[in-house]
Formats: sequence, structure tokens, C-alpha cells
Amino acid sequence: MGANLLVNYGEAVAMLLFVIGFTNLLLQKNLIKKIIGLNIMDSAVYLFLAEKGYIEGRTVPIVVNGVQDVEAYINPIPSGLVLTGIVVSVSVTALMLSLTIRLYRRYHTLDLDEISTRLKKEGL
Amino acid sequence: MSRLKPREEYEKTRAFRFFRWLSGSKDPYLGEVEMKPQEEWKEEESVHLDHIHDHQALRSRIYDTEHNKKILFFYKLYKLAAVLFCVGLAALLLYTVSYLPKTGAADRPANNEVPARYIEKGLQETGAVNIVTGMILDYRAFDTFGESNVLFVATVTVLILLHAKKNGKGEEEQENDRIFEPKNDAILQAGATILVPVIMLFGVYIVLNGHLSPGGGFSGGAVIGAGLILYLNAFGFKKTEKLFTEKVYKWVSFSALTTYCLAKSYSFFTGANHLESHIPLGTPGHILSSGLILLLNICVGMVVACTMYTFYVMFRKGDF
Repeated sequence: MGANLLVNYGEAVAMLLFVIGFTNLLLQKNLIKKIIGLNIMDSAVYLFLAEKGYIEGRTVPIVVNGVQDVEAYINPIPSGLVLTGIVVSVSVTALMLSLTIRLYRRYHTLDLDEISTRLKKEGL
Repeated sequence: MSRLKPREEYEKTRAFRFFRWLSGSKDPYLGEVEMKPQEEWKEEESVHLDHIHDHQALRSRIYDTEHNKKILFFYKLYKLAAVLFCVGLAALLLYTVSYLPKTGAADRPANNEVPARYIEKGLQETGAVNIVTGMILDYRAFDTFGESNVLFVATVTVLILLHAKKNGKGEEEQENDRIFEPKNDAILQAGATILVPVIMLFGVYIVLNGHLSPGGGFSGGAVIGAGLILYLNAFGFKKTEKLFTEKVYKWVSFSALTTYCLAKSYSFFTGANHLESHIPLGTPGHILSSGLILLLNICVGMVVACTMYTFYVMFRKGDF
């Protein structure tokens, strides 16, 4: 066990959130709840990236009064990566929800076991 | 339409085919490729009864955990294995975290020369006061272009999946669902009358100040989309149809993405060939500064606002 677990409590929380989302994926049968679990995993990744970019005692990377010293600002790259992640997660969530709606319209259930049993019976 | 040539001759030219392709008036596959019409998915009465029977059999025999010992054992094993796996994963990840460098330390390996370059030279090279905006819309603009396209493709897919057919049989079910929604709610309308202009103005402010303050196309576009959704909920589809239809969505997204692509291609072309770019960077801190970033922010904002609104409309009604 390393020495930094208590100092890195933000990253530890991100990891726990990730595992909570993953457990949701494994244990829930309802498709909507699975999508919620995937979104929790997304949020965990954003939290982890934000923690990665943080540097103690420095401010947001917006130039104020012409100060352009590296010592003045936090790391701007993880912020950009979080932005990318949010956009992709919005798109993927919308796609998954619309596919779920189509499945519901055809099978009138959100239970994944039931849908797959029905699919096997139909020979697909 | 050309008047110099007769109609038949004009139809053979390349220009005619190009404009026909652009307007989409002719399906390129129709008549060229062998195809048969897709059968309407229908559920016969017997099949439906069969499904009900299946469902009951599933409930009574397979899900009947009191009598089916095998399935009970499997469920318990599955749950146990899943929980054990997740606990193991959590332990592994926490063990890794304990060896990561300290949060907030300046000498982490992530803080290398790349962010240092963005901070030290960003203002001179991009003209944007907000370093993050300067990074994602200038140094990494192709990445953001890809993101806008991801949103566009997602919207197109949702449109394909959920677009309700006019006079289709799916319409009736949805009509029934919508009976219970509030219509002409006085409180909602009064609230929306006050809030929608403020929300829209705030969204426009966020988009236009993307290079000066926190914000930018993505967040501002999301705020504008939220304002549109509130307006739709308060006043219904009849009012929003005047403002926003499928055609508007098509043209706004298309022109925003094309403008983004052309503007950025210009700056990449000049930059890669060491040509002088004629776009002035302006005075940092002014609204008309930082070269192309303002234009790109507006493009991204339009795409995001349209996407958010279209998602909502598709999920609610399936049609504009």
C-alpha cells in the first residue's frame, strides 16, 4: 500500500464512483438503470481528470492582469479532456436511450433477460 | 435552372446531377440497386398470445426461484461473483491510487512542458484570454470539430431511430401518453415568460464570451437549448414550430459545421505552409479578438443548442 491514499482522497472517491457504476451495470436488469450506471462511470472519469489537473494554490487558467507564469495557473489540458468526455457521453446516452425506446416499443419490457429470451425464441 | 440549353440536354450535364444530389430530390439507390420493400412489423394475434404465454411461463417456471433450485443457485452465484469482482476491482484501483503522485503537487508528471507552453505562449499565439478555450479551439481545433460531428451524427441516428411516421400506428400510443402532460399551465407560462429571455441572453453571453471568461460554445449552447426546451414545455409545439423546424435544424447544423471546417482548414493550410494568416488576433480582452475563436464558438454553440433541442423533441414526440 502506498503512502498517498489519504492525500489522494479525491481520486479515491472517483475510483469508488467508477466501481459503483460498474456494479450497477452488472447487477441491474433494467436497461434504463444500466444507462444510469454508465453515466455514473462517466462522472467518475471527469472527477478523476479534474483531480489530475489541480495544483494547490493556483487559479483557473484565465489570464488576469497579463500574468503568464506557469506557476500561476493549474493544468489546462484535463479541462479540455473533460469537455470532450461530456460531449461524447451526452451523444452516447442519447443513442442508448433511443435504442432502449425502440426495444421497449417492440417487446414492451425493459428487462434484459426477458428481451434476450424472446430474441432467442425468435431465432435472432 | 439553365435556360440556354433545352431541358433534356441540361439533364445530362454534370451540374444538373450535382444540384440534384445536393437537394436530394433523387434517391441514388432507387432503381439502381435491387431492393424489396421492408415489411411492416406486425404482431399477429396468435403470436401475441404466444408472447403472453411465454411471459407467464418465464415468470412461473424460470423466475420462480422458490422451486427452480438451479436458477436460484445461478442467481446467487452470479450476484456473489459480481460483488466479489467489483470489490476486487475497487481494491485494485484504490491500491493504484495510493501510489499515484500527490494531488495538488506541482511536480506531477502530467504538468510537463505541454501545459507550460499553452500557458506561457497561449495568449500571444491564439489571442484568447481563457487558456482552455485557446487550447481546444486553436491548438486542438480538429478535436473539437470531431466532437461537433459526434453530436451531429448522434442527432442523425436518434432522428432515424425515433422519427415517428405520419399517420403511423405508433402515433396513437404517443398521443395517449401526452394526454397527461400539462397544457397551457398558467404558472409554467408566467414563469417561462420571465425566465426564457433571461436564459437565452445568458446563453448568448456565454457563447460570445467564451474566449474571455469561463464558458464557450458547448456550455452556452446547452443553456440556449435548455431555454428552448422550457419555452416548448410552456407554450407547446404550435409556437415553437414557427421558430424551429426540421429544416431549420438541417440548415443551421450544416452551415455551422461547414463554416467551422472551412475556417479551420484555412488556418491549418496557412499554418502548415508558413503562409501569413490574414486574420488579426486583436487586443486580448476585447470581444472582437483572438482571431477565429469567436466564430468557432458561435458555430459550436449553434450545433449544441440545436442538438439539445432535437434530442428533447425526438424523445418527447418523435417529430418537430
